Amino acid sequence: MTDATQGAPFPASRPTRSILSEDARTRKRNAAERRFKMYGMAALGVGIVFLVLLLTTIVRNGIPAFTQTFIVLEVPLPEATLDPNGERLEADLKKVSTFGYNPLIEQALIEATADIPTEIEDGDLDKILSASAGAILRNTVIADPSVIGTLQEFELLASSRVDGYLKGRVERADLARDNNLDAAHLDLIDVMVERGDVERRFNWQFVLGSDASESRPEQAGIGVSMIGSFFMMLVVLGLSLPIGVAASIYLEEFAPQNRLTDIIEVNISNLAAVPSIVFGILGLAAFIQFAHLPQSAPLVGGLTLTLMTLPTIVISTRAALKSVPPSIRDAALGVGASKMQSVFHHVLPLAMPGILTGTIIGLAQALGETAPLLLIGMVGFIASNYPDGVAEGFLSPNSAMPAQIYEWAKRADPAYYERAWGGIIVLLLFLLTMNLIAVLLRRRFERRW
Amino acid sequence: MSFPKLATSAVAILAASAATAQSRDNVQVAGSSTVLPYASIVAEAFGENFDYPTPVVESGGSSAGLARFCEGVGENTIDIANASRAIREGEVEECAANGVSDIIEVRIGYDGIVFASQIDGPEFTSFEPSDWFNALAPQVMVDGELVDNPHTNWSDFNEELPDAEILAFIPGTRHGTREVFEEKVLAAGCEETGAMQAMMDNGMSEDDAEDACLAVRSDGLSVDIDGDYSETLARISSNTNGVGVFGLAFYENNTDSLKVATMSGVEPTTDTISTGEYPVSRPLYFYIKAAHLGVIPGLKDYAQFFVSDEIAGPSGPLANYGLVSDPELAETQAKIENEETM
Repeated sequence: MTDATQGAPFPASRPTRSILSEDARTRKRNAAERRFKMYGMAALGVGIVFLVLLLTTIVRNGIPAFTQTFIVLEVPLPEATLDPNGERLEADLKKVSTFGYNPLIEQALIEATADIPTEIEDGDLDKILSASAGAILRNTVIADPSVIGTLQEFELLASSRVDGYLKGRVERADLARDNNLDAAHLDLIDVMVERGDVERRFNWQFVLGSDASESRPEQAGIGVSMIGSFFMMLVVLGLSLPIGVAASIYLEEFAPQNRLTDIIEVNISNLAAVPSIVFGILGLAAFIQFAHLPQSAPLVGGLTLTLMTLPTIVISTRAALKSVPPSIRDAALGVGASKMQSVFHHVLPLAMPGILTGTIIGLAQALGETAPLLLIGMVGFIASNYPDGVAEGFLSPNSAMPAQIYEWAKRADPAYYERAWGGIIVLLLFLLTMNLIAVLLRRRFERRW
Repeated sequence: MSFPKLATSAVAILAASAATAQSRDNVQVAGSSTVLPYASIVAEAFGENFDYPTPVVESGGSSAGLARFCEGVGENTIDIANASRAIREGEVEECAANGVSDIIEVRIGYDGIVFASQIDGPEFTSFEPSDWFNALAPQVMVDGELVDNPHTNWSDFNEELPDAEILAFIPGTRHGTREVFEEKVLAAGCEETGAMQAMMDNGMSEDDAEDACLAVRSDGLSVDIDGDYSETLARISSNTNGVGVFGLAFYENNTDSLKVATMSGVEPTTDTISTGEYPVSRPLYFYIKAAHLGVIPGLKDYAQFFVSDEIAGPSGPLANYGLVSDPELAETQAKIENEETM
């Protein structure tokens, strides 16, 4: 022992130098720090560039979807074709199908363009109009039979290619081999624009309307699927918030620490990482095939997304409960409160901002989810009307916003591609609002200890 | 309202709405993504002209749709399966095993399969079935011998084709289009080049040789597309040398970015397809679960409306979109009227 101490070499005296001049090691450390800062800034820069690129692409491609071209047309509604019996009975009026109105529209177009020289054959004139025109006329006549026998002015949707031409998406050269429209139609449109019969304005139908078939992209809207998303979120909120919060309060405040609760905890963390499509298969098996709930219903979509959102809410709620200092609980118990009183009167209110933030982020995640909906029939052509009531809203077939966007993106007509980008803008606005609410709640109620 | 009260009332609303779950009043359709555009056009017009709700039409491929169709009878199963090929015997048996024994087959018309490439890409203007076999088969005939496919460029086997790398985007196996492509293009090319004869000479039975003819090379020059035609279009837009397989209707909607090639010297149009001149076409079908007729409101009306002259006839909206209308439409209409099962 003593040998060892004695044998220890005397520490070499440090070289004396000024602390104001850097030595090699300090320089190296400082350089490493500067490099690290540079890496960080470069990473941030790349991130920002990608974000800007993404947002400009979305806005540039999506903004055209928010405007739409309309053609003003005066259409005669002769009694002979629409109501030969002359009794104005609804049943009689409904006998004339939307196709029965097409000759009237064709005739009206011929008259409206009579003074414009064109090579287009008369039967091809209606290619400038959307196929929805017949339905618009028929609905007007059925709603108000007194218009029969008069000349009515209608604002009809222009076809997707005419619309694309006025938006700069379709060029004359593109139409050379196109069966849907000729360049001659565009010359006609140019004249009609000058006359003021054709105008492009904000497209409320896109924001409020429902999905349309492949041949009428100009009519499609995201409104009804927005309602579908809304009802799904109601289900998710109504189920996952109480279940998630109750489960985490029990696990955090009351449950004993043993093997069983450990297993539960590990499983919750694992569930949070399970791919969402798996919840879709589970939803199909449990809710549709076993519980016999209707297909394509927002109720089933909501239940499936609840399964997906629960772990997120449990994890964030437990973190919020953990962050309340033990002194609060001790003080409550110390003045004679029961365990439950201490939790509900003191701990839970203090953890509320954290719980709400977690819930909103969980909801936002569920709002943007498509994969589980694929399996329960909510992705496809679902052009329902607005639901008549609350029960209808939960049970009648509907789509959801991300599912609608996915559906549009894969359709043939390029006009649907534009709609898909427009849909992304609407969805992003919703997500942005929800995240903003989460941030505000945290700012407003957060307490630091 | 306090939090527990809010939660309880939410659960109560849900329970109440689930309790009022009445029978389904909309027609539920799933299946081929080739038929989807036509079905959606019909569903939309059906919703406009009838007092029934608009039917829900899902896609996912013919095989996937028929599998769901055969799951059983009842409100939580689909009523109609769209298919771009006829139902197979195995599927009929599967259906029967699950209680779906009465099926009405409805042929709605014909669809052409076209071969298209980027509009500014290499000059792919005319193909023969043998070209596709030479490009895609794992084993081809070279100088009278059956060898592992050595071709990397289209000009390797046909000097009239451009000197461009082979890169073909063909429909994946869950699409009905694949079956037609195999039958009308690969198998035809296999026979034309003599590869099938060579296989049989090497000791294969005729059935095995037929199956071997349908195989495609697995070295990445032939890409299976499991998604929709829009995915094929995206892949072609990013690969100048790419050639893809599309439905005629999809091509007609995208003539600004695609150019089509002739097959065996015939240009694909609705006319050449209806006369049978253009070789690669196939009938499109939908299958009705007869047990659901009279149970699901509007099911029969929807089927009748689908094949009515104003919809599926030569000047109807389906023909405008690219469907080649069926000359025997009247027989199909009678078949639905009488609910004739297979």
